[in-house]
Amino acid sequence: MSNSLRNDEEIKIGVYVCHCGINIAGVIDVPALTEYAKTLPNVALAKEYKFICSSIGQEMIKEDIEAGLINRVIVAACSPRMHEPTFRMVVKEVGVNEFLFEMANIREHATWVNLDDPEGAFKIAKDHVRMAVAKLSELKPLEVERVKVEPACLVIGAGIAGMNASIDLAKEGYDVYLVERTATIGGHMAQLDKTFPTMDCSACILTPRMVDVGREEKIHLMTYSEVEKVDGYVGNFDVTIKKKPHYVDQEACTGCGLCAIECPVICANEFEVGLGIRKAIYIPFPQAVPGEFTIDMTKCIKCGICATPEVCEPDAIRFDDKLEYVEIKVGTIIVATGWDLYDPTELKQYGYGKYPNVINGLEMERLLSSFGPLEGKPARPSDLEPPHSIGFLQCVGSRNFRPGGNNYCSRVCCMYATKQARQYKEKHPEASIYIFYMDIRAFGKGYEEFYESAGRNFGIKYIRGRIGEVYEDEDHSIIVRAEDTLLQKQIEIKLDMLVLSCGLVARYDADQIASILTIQRSADGFFMEAHPKLRPVDTLTDGIFVAGVAQGPKDIPDAVAQAKGAASGAASLMAMGEFAIEPYYSVVLEYKCSGCKSCQSLCPFNAISFDVFKNIAVINKALCKGCGTCAAACPSDAIVQNHFSDDQIFAMINTAIPPLAKTENGSK
Amino acid sequence: MAKVKEDFDPYILGICCNWCTYAGADQAGTSRMQRPANLRILRVMCGGRMEPLMVIQALKNGADGVLVSHCHVGDCHYVEGNLKTFRKMPLFIKMLEQFGVNPKRVKYTQVSASEGAELTEIVKEFVKELKEIGPNPLRMEE
Repeated sequence: MSNSLRNDEEIKIGVYVCHCGINIAGVIDVPALTEYAKTLPNVALAKEYKFICSSIGQEMIKEDIEAGLINRVIVAACSPRMHEPTFRMVVKEVGVNEFLFEMANIREHATWVNLDDPEGAFKIAKDHVRMAVAKLSELKPLEVERVKVEPACLVIGAGIAGMNASIDLAKEGYDVYLVERTATIGGHMAQLDKTFPTMDCSACILTPRMVDVGREEKIHLMTYSEVEKVDGYVGNFDVTIKKKPHYVDQEACTGCGLCAIECPVICANEFEVGLGIRKAIYIPFPQAVPGEFTIDMTKCIKCGICATPEVCEPDAIRFDDKLEYVEIKVGTIIVATGWDLYDPTELKQYGYGKYPNVINGLEMERLLSSFGPLEGKPARPSDLEPPHSIGFLQCVGSRNFRPGGNNYCSRVCCMYATKQARQYKEKHPEASIYIFYMDIRAFGKGYEEFYESAGRNFGIKYIRGRIGEVYEDEDHSIIVRAEDTLLQKQIEIKLDMLVLSCGLVARYDADQIASILTIQRSADGFFMEAHPKLRPVDTLTDGIFVAGVAQGPKDIPDAVAQAKGAASGAASLMAMGEFAIEPYYSVVLEYKCSGCKSCQSLCPFNAISFDVFKNIAVINKALCKGCGTCAAACPSDAIVQNHFSDDQIFAMINTAIPPLAKTENGSK
Repeated sequence: MAKVKEDFDPYILGICCNWCTYAGADQAGTSRMQRPANLRILRVMCGGRMEPLMVIQALKNGADGVLVSHCHVGDCHYVEGNLKTFRKMPLFIKMLEQFGVNPKRVKYTQVSASEGAELTEIVKEFVKELKEIGPNPLRMEE
């Protein structure tokens, strides 16, 4: 490997200070910082450049190494989380071990947070450079460990994002385990009637994809299942999947549906968001994939009618079906768990849940759907009469800056309200439709045109202003009071129906998924990407990718695009076949270990075993993930964490704090 | 004495974990959240790696305050490394008091990768508190 440095070789550090355009140089005096770096111990040279990360900047470093001027490198620039990998590659290319490199973060932690305090930023930059020099002087060359990547992927969630990612990966020849919590794949898109802005029928474009998923040989579809546990690391995840009992033999069931006709139990259908009914034995909707039936045991009265041979000819009913756990091994994971609709019940002023004719956007979608409970003829829930006037209220549960509110824009509500309004208007041109909005956000391809035409050609009335008060008339009509902020006047309108365009929120159990996978969530509750711009489908955990609304609200085209991105990220890892992991694992110094076993119980990954013959702890470096908990806890100082050893950390602490400048009277 | 305190500029050393608080500090930077220029950050991979001795050494070297910060409980990138520190730090801070060190010189917090704003507030608050306490008497002069 690239380990040209012998232990006895003199340490010659090169410090490269980056201007980062004006991001750093616009705040602090870069030449002065460069001069300061030259005064530090072991520093052989210090240089500055506009963009060290550019090819010219990289060449500069390479030339100095090749000329023998330096053998270790510091770049004082952005966060190591940004460019550490870039510069490690650079030094490695010219024969310096990539772990003899250190970054001093003088942008995110100095100039950017002290734009108006150049002196303060300079002081911090100096301290960070000095700490980096101290650490780098103590660093040891390390060998990169390579792990094999299992050519299989776990996709969690079979909505439009999860399905697309799965199909792409299967076509590339990888095994895909597609895990879906409900009894069918399709996700929320299956509940939609039409999709904006092209108005194509959602089921028409979705169901062929669902069939593709069912047919694809490489996709191992696991519906009615949940991910229970994930162990291991990139390339080698051990996943435990909980398969909930269907109580129907999925092999034997032909999906004829006779059982559902005969079943006497009627309950609310989740797929119809409670507006329709299903039986205790059911498939969520007619085009469901897989098409085999499931018994909802929370509703079933065990009358046994479905189990009679007259009803179920293939004898598929299994009342003794058991919960099952399946263990699989995968190299990569794609999280596409989707979203929940914001529940507007807590916004009491809109009367959702209190007035029957106030409904949410997804309910409206089902009412409009040709295979929905009303076969595409929306009616008021109170009297089942078609409404003559409908109001849509935008930004319900989005863009709310009151404490506890969702600050973000849900990105789809402006368009889905416009679409629903247009759909109704197409069939009922005489109806009056009002959309109460804050701003209309029609950002996608063809969206602005769609919105324009809704107002111009369909006569949908857009009113800029929020509804302040909603109350009910005697005949269950809804009276809304609002302010038209463009005309600056109060208005009161009587509506037959009010639709709340609710936003998208993270899944109610997103925190559990995050902790099972050890991935992070952003402030809005959705899963966090590794970098908002450059790594939008990666998570901070290697080998785990995120796609669709699980990462943040987005429309169908964006969700599909992101799914393809995530699939490509996973595929490139699996295609390489191996992955380099940072060798930050801990090592036991045999001569120091007293065999107290303190470390063993602390290790979160069970990577420490005990050698009874030598009476010492032994760390399995393949299992060790490099947290350093054992190194911190060892009472004999016998455990060293590579790259974060006591020597290295204390070297930083011991140089971090500069002595105070002498005060005039010589005392403090 | 009083004169020094007026323009006293507290030195804070932050010991932060790579995955949460360090990333949160990066996020604060990327979002240009302005805070007083007092915090330097030393990065370790996990909260579990943080040792009380590191804090003692920093205080001995004259740091006016030490910020120890990692992921929230349950968010740890290494599953439960932070829990070890979660148990260690409060005890350690109690112990500091017995050694005659003002326990307010050590701030122990949990900041996630998306909480740059929270970190900014924590630093502002800490600087204010340290200005009330005054400089660390152990800090050397040139």
